[in-house]
Amino acid sequence: MAREKYRFNTPAGRVFDVFNVVLLTGIGIVALVPFVYVLAGSFATEAELATRSFFLWPETFSLDAYEAIFTSPAFVRALITTIVVTAVGTAVQLALTATMAYPLSKANLPGGRLILSLIVFTMVFGGGMIPTFLVVKDLGLLNNYWALILPMAINPFSLIIIKNFFQQLPAELEESAKIDGANELQTLWNIVLPLSKPVLATFALFYAVGIWNDFMSPLLYLNDNSMWTLQMFLRQVTVATDLSVVEQDPTQLPPAQGIKFAVIIVATLPIVLFYPFLQKHFAKGMLIGSVKG
Amino acid sequence: MAMLDTAVTATETLTVEKQSRRRRGVRVHFTQFKWLYLLLVPGIVYFLLFRYWPMYGAIIAFKDYVPFLGIADSPWVGFAHFEDFFASPDFPRLLGNTIILALLSLLIAFPLTIIVALLLNEMRLTILKRTTQTLIYVPHFLSWTVVASLTYLLFALDIGPLLQLINGILGTDINFLADPAWFRPIIVLQDIWKNTGWGTIIFLAALAGVDQAQYEAAIIDGAGRFQRVWHITIPSIMPTIIVMLVLQMGQILNTGFEQIYLMTNSLNRSVADVFDTYVYFMGITQGSYSYSTAVGLFKAVVGVVLIFGANWVAKRFNQVGIF
Repeated sequence: MAREKYRFNTPAGRVFDVFNVVLLTGIGIVALVPFVYVLAGSFATEAELATRSFFLWPETFSLDAYEAIFTSPAFVRALITTIVVTAVGTAVQLALTATMAYPLSKANLPGGRLILSLIVFTMVFGGGMIPTFLVVKDLGLLNNYWALILPMAINPFSLIIIKNFFQQLPAELEESAKIDGANELQTLWNIVLPLSKPVLATFALFYAVGIWNDFMSPLLYLNDNSMWTLQMFLRQVTVATDLSVVEQDPTQLPPAQGIKFAVIIVATLPIVLFYPFLQKHFAKGMLIGSVKG
Repeated sequence: MAMLDTAVTATETLTVEKQSRRRRGVRVHFTQFKWLYLLLVPGIVYFLLFRYWPMYGAIIAFKDYVPFLGIADSPWVGFAHFEDFFASPDFPRLLGNTIILALLSLLIAFPLTIIVALLLNEMRLTILKRTTQTLIYVPHFLSWTVVASLTYLLFALDIGPLLQLINGILGTDINFLADPAWFRPIIVLQDIWKNTGWGTIIFLAALAGVDQAQYEAAIIDGAGRFQRVWHITIPSIMPTIIVMLVLQMGQILNTGFEQIYLMTNSLNRSVADVFDTYVYFMGITQGSYSYSTAVGLFKAVVGVVLIFGANWVAKRFNQVGIF
């Protein structure tokens, strides 16, 4: 069947095939090359970075850049902060989203539809950057890591997708649990959540990537350099080229260019490591979202 | 149980006896759903605190907000902040910058996404198709700080390989990061690099759903590759294209704070300022809370009008929309 589809192929069609192979290979390479360049640069010596303008493999391997950042207390602090905020934030987001999605998945819950429309409304209209900032300020969350977590604790879009997923679970399972005397909390914990592990894991990864990558919240809510997350640190080093934040020993000259490459790699690495797990699910997740959204 | 209750309430006449029975019904109702309501509490608190309180706070756009007086007690000023904003020279500049960036994205990035999806769909080498897909999705998951950092490294004056390459070709030295003329191309390129691959997902799914029998019929009728794409594939995914276009239209004023903020510097300010970054600079760094809230509110309201308007137009012409 599949072969038949192309039996009537014209010469022009075959020319197109060749053209398509070249083009898609090119597109793939364009997506990949910046990473390889930065990876190679992070392992290169300062001398090589200064003389060779472009390379995908360093002449001599050097760990100077990584040594410089991992001996910098400010960088290590930013890295640990980011890891902890990401872990706690993901757990909070997942817990709040799942507990809210479950009651809303019950079609017979009085008031459920009203709450749902009020949630959908927040997807179209919001108070804006300054009023949200003032709320965070009034709650005393400025210069507090919770400001990176709580204002985004529930993403309405994810909430609705998870709600829809709960809704299509077989009702018989929950009914049998109820006959055995389980209340709603026990049903959620023992039946619904275990059945939803793959979906919850996917959203956990999305949430984690979101918090890890978040730049706007620390910019808005943290004034203190010592509280910086990795993204803030990265911006300072590369965009503002302010290497003083690395706090090197003044007698030693830090590998000024190499540091930029190495910090980018550290900020990217966890995402690239998570990516294979994400990729399995995201197409499906995105489709559920767009169809029902 | 719930349905039974409603049925009962609907036919009930309001005698004293029956009123008390209804009250008992409400109590039964509440005990039946008490765990579910309990589970809703944290979520509702979240939406009240972080989504609805800011909506209430947005009324400071019509007041002169004084932090120590609070939102409620600050004096009303009506539309004064809006009038100031519309009269200021910043307004046409911001509107222009925002709309130009949106149009560039609509005219370049959006069609490109569809073209890449079509190319992937026509690819017969499954391995190449898979590899390309995998590679072009990755940038979507990187932060804007990483994308901005990559851009700064590639175009850096001292070591940037792209800067050296392009300056070599053009024969003149251009400092891309500081030259206002290059701000928009760079923003669009970043956007394409980061999001094109991700955007193809939705179109590839639509392409997978196209009826194969139509292709077979077209082949028998002697249609070539290009004719099949033009007469079958594109019309089949048209509803998806329209829905995505509607969503894009609604996003016209949302240029994305992080990307623009990271690429803005004192030299390219004239073309870089957009609504979101302006709200940040005026509100957070200069403390004009009321004025910048008015700007943000203007943007939000226009955004809502745009999304409903685009949806209405899409429905009129194609019977598809998102609402």
